[in-house]
This record gives sequence, C-alpha cells and structure tokens, in this order.
Amino acid sequence: MAKRKLILIGNGMAGVRCLEEILKEDPNRFEITVFGTEPHPNYNRIMLSSVLQGDTTIDDIILNSYEWYEQHGIKLFTGETVEKINTEDKLLYTDKDREVSYDDLIIATGSNPFMLPLPGADKEGVIAFRNIEDCEQMIRSSKKYERAVVIGGGLLGLEAARGLLNLGMEVDVVHIMDQLMERQLDATAGTMLQEELEKQGMNFLMGYQTEAILGAGRVKKVSFKNAKPVKADLVVMAVGIKPNVALAKESGIKTNRGIVVDDYMQTSAPDVYSLGECAEHREMVYGLVAPLWDQGKALAKKICEIDAGDGYQGSILSTKLKVSGVDVFSAGEFADNPNTKAIRVQDEFEGLYKKVVVRDNKVVGAVLFGDTSEGTRLLSMINNETDISEMSKVTIFQSTGQGAESGVAEMADSDQICGCNGVSKGDIVTAIQEQNLTTVSEVRGCTNASRSCGTCAGLVGDLLEHTLGDEFEIVDEKATVCDCTDLTHEEVVAEIREKGLTHTREVMNVLDWSSDEGCSKCRPALNYYLGMVHPMEHEDEKESRFVNERMHANIQKNGTYSVVPRMYGGVTNSKDLRRIADVADKYDVPLLKVTGGQRIDMLGIKKEDVPNVWKDLDMPSGYAYGKAIRTVKTCVGKDFCRFGTQDAIGLGIAIEKKFEKLNTPHKVKMAVSACPRNCAEGGIKDVGVVGVEGSWEIYVGGNGGITLRAAELLCTVITGEEVLEVIAAYLQFYRENARYLERTSHWLERVGLDYIKSVILDDEQEKQKLANRMEIALSNLKEPWSEIINDEKQKNDLFENYKATAVAQK
Amino acid sequence: MSKAIETQLIKVANVDEIPNQVGKEVIIDNLEIAIFRLSSGKFKAVENKCPHKQGPLSEGIVSGEFVFCPLHDWKIDLTSGDVQKPDDGCVRTYHVEVRNNEVFIKI
Ligand code: SRM
Ligand SMILES: Cc1cc2nc3c(=O)[nH]c(=O)nc-3n(C[C@H](O)[C@H](O)[C@H](O)COP(=O)(O)OP(=O)(O)OC[C@H]3O[C@@H](n4cnc5c(N)ncnc54)[C@H](O)[C@@H]3O)c2cc1C
Ligand code: SF4
Ligand code: FES
Repeated sequence: MAKRKLILIGNGMAGVRCLEEILKEDPNRFEITVFGTEPHPNYNRIMLSSVLQGDTTIDDIILNSYEWYEQHGIKLFTGETVEKINTEDKLLYTDKDREVSYDDLIIATGSNPFMLPLPGADKEGVIAFRNIEDCEQMIRSSKKYERAVVIGGGLLGLEAARGLLNLGMEVDVVHIMDQLMERQLDATAGTMLQEELEKQGMNFLMGYQTEAILGAGRVKKVSFKNAKPVKADLVVMAVGIKPNVALAKESGIKTNRGIVVDDYMQTSAPDVYSLGECAEHREMVYGLVAPLWDQGKALAKKICEIDAGDGYQGSILSTKLKVSGVDVFSAGEFADNPNTKAIRVQDEFEGLYKKVVVRDNKVVGAVLFGDTSEGTRLLSMINNETDISEMSKVTIFQSTGQGAESGVAEMADSDQICGCNGVSKGDIVTAIQEQNLTTVSEVRGCTNASRSCGTCAGLVGDLLEHTLGDEFEIVDEKATVCDCTDLTHEEVVAEIREKGLTHTREVMNVLDWSSDEGCSKCRPALNYYLGMVHPMEHEDEKESRFVNERMHANIQKNGTYSVVPRMYGGVTNSKDLRRIADVADKYDVPLLKVTGGQRIDMLGIKKEDVPNVWKDLDMPSGYAYGKAIRTVKTCVGKDFCRFGTQDAIGLGIAIEKKFEKLNTPHKVKMAVSACPRNCAEGGIKDVGVVGVEGSWEIYVGGNGGITLRAAELLCTVITGEEVLEVIAAYLQFYRENARYLERTSHWLERVGLDYIKSVILDDEQEKQKLANRMEIALSNLKEPWSEIINDEKQKNDLFENYKATAVAQK
Repeated sequence: MSKAIETQLIKVANVDEIPNQVGKEVIIDNLEIAIFRLSSGKFKAVENKCPHKQGPLSEGIVSGEFVFCPLHDWKIDLTSGDVQKPDDGCVRTYHVEVRNNEVFIKI
C-alpha cells in the first residue's frame, strides 16, 4: 500500500513534537513533508531567553537537527511559507509557487507577537521577542546602543529585560498595570518580584501608558500619555501574542480566537488537524508548551488510527520565570475568590512566599516566590485533584525528607515531571534503571528533564533517591568537589548552567561555599567547569590555575621550569632540532631529554628565562603541563614500515592539530599506529587509533600511569575524517560529563562504555550536538606562549622577580 | 660586631605592579621573599621557601589569607606563617607597609 502523504505546516515546537509521536506510533505510515517560515530546523523557543541571557547558544537549543529530518525521511522546506490551502481538492500553495497535495494535514502555525499599534511602531529598532532573529537583533543592538525599553511586564518582557541587562544595556520596563505578571501572580508575590528585579538593576515604569515611538529613522524616545518621555535606542514589545490563524481562516477552516479543534485535534475540514498555540480547544488557546505534549499524543494516535481513548482533555498551566536569581512559580487558579481558601507562608527575612489555593479540600492553584522546588509537586496535586483533608496544612509545603519521597512514590508513571520538555515519571525511572544514572545532571542529559526552566530538578533528585534507594546516598556522598562544599561535581556544573554563573567567586558565593575563596582543589575545578560551560565568554582565571598551568611550563623541585615545545605526531626536522640545540646553548639548559611522549624536554630553565626561551624557540607550547590535550604518538606507518596499512603519522598530526590547546578534566594522551602491532602504544592511551586494512579501530579508556588499564574498542570507522568526528564527540562528552581530575580511564569505568556508546554512537543527534559544541570550544583557543611573550604585563607579573638591596642605615 | 638586627623598610614596588592573588618573588640581597596582594587588598610577605622541601610559595594558589604550596600542596597561613594541619611547620613572615602607593617590606 502506498504511504499516505502527511504535510505539516509550521516547523515549530508543537508540530515537530507531534511528528515525533507519530513516528513512535507508526514509523512507516506516512510520507512526511514539513513547511516552516523560519530558516532553521526545529528549536526550543523557550530557551531563547537563556540564549539572550548568555547561558546557552543557538546551536545548543536546536531540538531536531537537519540530520534528524533526513534520517526519518522527512522532506523539510525551511524559509518557505504556506499561503493557501484548498481543503476540497487537498492541495496547498506556498510563497515559492509550490503546489503540493496531501492526504492528511497538520496546521501548527503557532502565534504571532502582538505589536501595539502605536504611531512609530514601524521604526527601526522596534522589535518583538519571538524567534532567533529577534534574539540576534537584540544581541547586535546591545553592542552598538545603550538604552533599551521593554514594553510589557509579563514573563516574556521580564526575561527579555534580564537578557538585555546581561548584555550591558540600561533597561526600562514599561508596564501598564501597577503590578508585574498580574496574570500569574497575586499582589504580594508581584511586589516581591519587583523589589528583587530592581535590586538586579531593572528600572520599572509602572502604570505608564505608552503613546508613541519617536525618532527619525531609528527609535530615539518612547512617549507616554501620563508621563515624560524616556530615551530608547531599542524597544522590545512583549505585550502578548495572538494565535496565527490567518491561513486557516482564509482557507475556510473554522476559527474563533484560534483554529477550532475537537478532543482529537481535528478541525472543521476533513483530514485537517491543528495543535499548539494556534489551536483552540474547548474555548481555550494556550500560550505555553505544556499542552503540546498531550495534544501531540492525542493527535498522533488519532491520525495513525490507534485507539486514542478520550483524546485530549485540556491542560492546567504552570509558569516559571526564567531569570537567574529570581524563583517564581505560578499554577492554576492563583487568585483568591469567595469560594476558595488559601494557605500562606511568608518569610520576609529570607524573601520567601508560598500560597496554595484550596477549594472543596482540593488544591486548585499555587504561587511560590523565592523557592520553587515544590512547584512540580503542587502542580501534580492540582492535576490529580488530590484531596488534602487528611493532610496537615504544613505538610503541603514539605518538599524534602519523607514527604517528598512519598510524593514521587505516589505519582503515576504517566504523570509529567518536566512540563517544559514533556518528560513523565515513567520515562525518567526507565532511564535511571536502564542507563544506570545516578545524578540529576545525568538524568537531564538522557531525558531532557529539568533542562529548560529547572523547576523540576528537585523532583528528579527525589525520583533518583526513590529509584536507587541507598545506592543514591553512597554515590552522592563520595564525590563532593572538596571540603569547601557539600555539592558534587555534577551538582556544581548543573548550578553553573542553570544559574548562569560566570566567575569562581560567584559560584562560591551563590552556592554557599564554606570558605570565601575556596582551596587549591575547588578553584581549578571551578575555573575548568566555567570554561567548559561558557567556552566563548569565560575569562580564564590565572589565580585559580595550578602553577604549571599558570606558567605554561612544569615547575621542578628546585623552582626552575621545564619547557616542552610541540612536535606534532612526534615528527621533527633538522631546522627545529637545530633551533632547540641553539636555545639550549644560549640559556645553558641543564638537561635535554626525549620524553615518553615522542618529543624533547628542556629541563631546568630559570623562571626569568622561560619567556625568552619560548621566544627564541618560536614553536607552539606542547602543553606538557596541562589538564589538556597532551601528545598524539604515532608510528612510522605505511610509507616506510613493511606492515603498515595506513598513514598513521598523517592522521596523528591531524588529530594533534585539531585538538591541541583544549582543556579537559584531566590530561588526554592519544596515539595512532598503522597496524595491530601498535607501536605507538594506543592500548594504554586515552584514545588509541589502530589502522587495519581499509579501516581504523578506535580504542578508548587506556591508561599507562598509576593504574594500568587496557583501552577498549569503541568502534571501527573507514576514513580519517570519521576518526576525527568520533574523537570530537567522545572528548566533548568526556569534557562535559567527567569530574575534574578524572582521567578517561576512571570516568569510563564509572559510567560504563555502553553508556558512552549510547550517547556518542547510537544517538546521531547527540553526536552532532557534541561535535558542534566541540567546534565552539576549539574556536576560542589561544597559543599561550606567544600570548604571554606579546603581553608585557602578563610576562612581568608571572616571570619577573623584584630585586632590591638593603642599604645599611646608620 | 653587633648581633642586634637593624630593621629597615625596603621599597620593593608600586602597588599596581603587584598582581592580585598571584604571588611575586622579591629578592633583597640574598633573602628570597614572596609577596602577595590578597583580594581584600591587604599585602602579606613570607619567606619564599616552603618548610617542607623549599617549594617557592610565590607560585602557589592564594585563597583568602592562605597560600597552597605549588609542590606538594601544604597550606600556609600568610599572617602567622604557620603550616596548617595535618602538616607541621612554620615559615618566617615579614611586615609590609604601603605608603603613597609604594610597597615596603620591613627586614
Ligand atoms: C617528561 C615526562 C617523562 C619523560 O621524561 O619522558 C613526564 C614527566 C612528568 N609526568 Fe608523566 N611524563 C611523561 C610521560 C608520561 C607517560 C607516558 C606517555 O605519555 O606516553 C605516562 C603514563 C601514561 C599515562 O599517562 O597514561 C605518565 C604518567 C604520569 C602520571 C600518572 C597519570 C595517571 O593517570 O596515572 C602523572 C601524575 C599526574 O598526571 O597526575 C605524571 C606527571 C608528570 C609530571 C608532569 C609531574 C608534575 O606534575 O610535575 C612530570 C613533569 C616532570 C618535569 O619536571 O618536567 N605522569 N607520564 C613525559 C612527558 C611526555 C610528554 O612529552 O608530554
Ligand atoms: C522567549 C520565549 C520564552 C518562552 N518561555 C516559555 C516557557 O518558559 N515556558 C513555556 O511553556 N512556554 C514558553 N514560551 C512559549 C513557547 O515557546 C510556545 O508555547 C511554543 O513554542 C508554541 O509552539 P508552537 O509550535 O505552537 O508554535 P511555534 O513554536 O511558534 O511554531 C510555529 C512555527 O510555524 C511557522 N509558521 C507560521 N505560519 C506558517 C506558514 N503559513 N507556513 C509555514 N510555517 C509557518 C512559524 O514560523 C513557527 O516557526 C516562550 C516563548 C518565547 C518566545
Ligand atoms: S604499528 Fe605496525 S606499521 Fe606501525 S611501525 Fe609498528 S609494526 Fe610498523
Ligand atoms: S615543598 Fe611545599 S609542600 Fe612540598
């Protein structure tokens, strides 16, 4: 039977999520085509706020890469808009004059930002906050201009404002009401929120009615009906959204505020479905992602002709403000009214406020400020209409200890833990059990739970505890970063990501370190993690580096240094050798030695001479001192050796050139040999590559040091190009997943080779993402020796001593 | 010859020549001293030889009022010169004075 032709209009979060559900139900049923106006594959729109706030990059928020579409045989037309649907003949037309026929059609066109129809609203510099282009425009503007005005004091406006502040702009937030986020918060929480954000540097113009946007070509000022105008170089309108129904309406499909659908997401036209922000179900139009997961499931079952039960039954919404340092949560009916009662707790010292709204003994709404860890649990109580008459009022708020344990225990497998990414309790428990996960960040890595707003991280922790029992405690206990904190490496990294922390002092401050400035264990670890998380922004902290990595040379027992220049793949030439010899003579270098890493070590150089030695050598650093990529040993290979099958030297040099200078949790050594005799000793390297006839074998997790360990086969590939790709994904995963000072051999023992394979080999999408992040990390590396010799101040600070004489005084 | 040691202030540098939180070695005749500018803005000076195996303390990681020796990670109190437990020992400390943006060490 020929496949049915399915077309999706709108390459956004709802539509593509629904395709994923359809592929799960019946992967071969449809021939799928997708049209999307935006010139990108599907990305996580929610995370635009994090991109703007500098916590993540556009690459990191791609949900489905181009490869994903390809893998599933989906035809994707980006940058192409559907302009008309003929529901009678089942045809549609695009702005590129394409005419396509369909058997089934899904409309998921999302919504458009609502732009206030003010005079001057079309001026340059007036934008919305909806897509990647808006985000990029704000980032660009912040480099050229100083003052931004955000119109709208709701979720989106505040997140935009925080982002613009992070980008160094001065920000006024204009809000027409006298309370922020009045659609999600009561007056108490609204006031606390405003005070907190004012502390962060936001300026509020409350109760201001915008009148016009002034300026010649570009915006200069914003004027008000009831106050003096303010200066503005950029205006962001975040006053609301309206469902994007124009296409459906013009094509004769029934619309109201949204495209009207039934419980199975069917519209008034035959075989035409709709979901997401453009759809209206039981007179509700949603503006958040949570409903998408259930809508997508219902639609997928229906369209695959599988029993869809009662279909989609509507959603209760919760929201969280994604601004670092401010925790706000709201769900359900948060406002007081005559037939509800509320339980309130407020602590003005700690800045905490919690309110739970109850009707007929059931929790129907909640507002949390300052600590939102109970949010997901309260939401599930609202969803399940939990009867609280048996509970004491205080236990409703208990999120840790017994209460919480039983809280997750009681949840059904289908209950959603992570609303942002649609991950259920069942999904998480399965992942924990099948992949031996032990930390929140591992669960995040495997399931996406807690990846977006982070509210559910506490619940994920409870689930881990519940699923693993005692094991969890043990795993958790041994791995604190150092005595300055109770947090594990994984927790610290997760906090750095979630809270957008950027400096070791800030990490120690925000995460309640027991000492002000940490110690020799945590400081280098934090500096590494910050650089790993923020590869483009993090400024390396010299003062947090161990001596060798600060001086870019190995300190010796007598305070002199050794210098090891790079010798790619162990290959040298007469010119370099001559230069090394000349430098050794000029500076009286006490010992020249061939190292175990196939290069030359110049030992015993005086501190003041080190920069001059570098300068005269004019060779790059070999990083023989770093928690970094060290050497790639090679064997002679096929050009000379009678057994050689491959160009081991060429590949080794390519690997070393690609990854040199890269910081890693511990040092990384590699080797390439051209036959299984393995003369370059790949069997005891972090990564060992062995050439055989027609392919390369890649071994990982070897170690020739304190605890000898043989490397294990990761995979076999055909080309050198592929070797580089696998190494990129493997090393980036190691960089992100291992604890600081954990060699690959120990890390691999701890997490298991199967797990590593499942991430970097079986999951094509993840592999690509890791490779992309690796490229970012590699793009910002500087050669340290030449940097220091060209920077008088650094050179002086690090290598010069002060000399003075004591003049005897009479 | 008198055995009484004459104390004197020796100018070693201007304030802004001493990097924050990264030590600096000062050589006065044959005395080797490590001087530190802490993040609090205070200056500290100690003999630049770890009591363990003479490690150059000027190259250690500075944390608050302590330095961790770069060779084997002993932790030393920059105010008292005492080595912290579990190790034992003591290093000589020097008084530092700042006058008109100039840094002096008393020897
Ligand atoms: C220079 C060299 C010895 C030599 O003369 O050949 C050397 C010298 C040092 N090694 Fe090594 N290792 C050297 C090859 C090795 C090898 C063999 C190899 O790389 O092929 C190994 C075993 C392989 C391995 O790492 O799996 C090796 C295992 C170690 C270890 C134990 C690592 C482990 O995980 O068990 C340490 C300690 C550490 O890193 O924490 C270490 C640490 C050191 C340090 C950096 C100690 C330190 O922190 O100051 C030594 C610096 C000496 C100095 O004053 O300059 N060195 N070291 C070799 C430099 C290679 C290079 O060109 O970069
Ligand atoms: C900055 C920001 C932060 C947010 N934060 C949160 C949050 O924390 N929590 C939360 O729950 N929600 C949040 N949201 C809302 C969430 O992103 C949306 O609810 C979700 O993206 C809706 O998905 P959708 O598929 O319906 O619409 P979209 O993701 O907008 O997808 C619709 C797509 O259809 C395309 N399209 C439209 N018309 C056509 C056409 N005729 N032809 C072809 N393509 C077309 C559009 O270009 C768009 O790419 C946030 C939104 C923004 C902008
Ligand atoms: S690895 Fe094989 S090819 Fe290379 S030198 Fe050794 S024996 Fe020769
Ligand atoms: S020399 Fe200082 S700790 Fe060993």
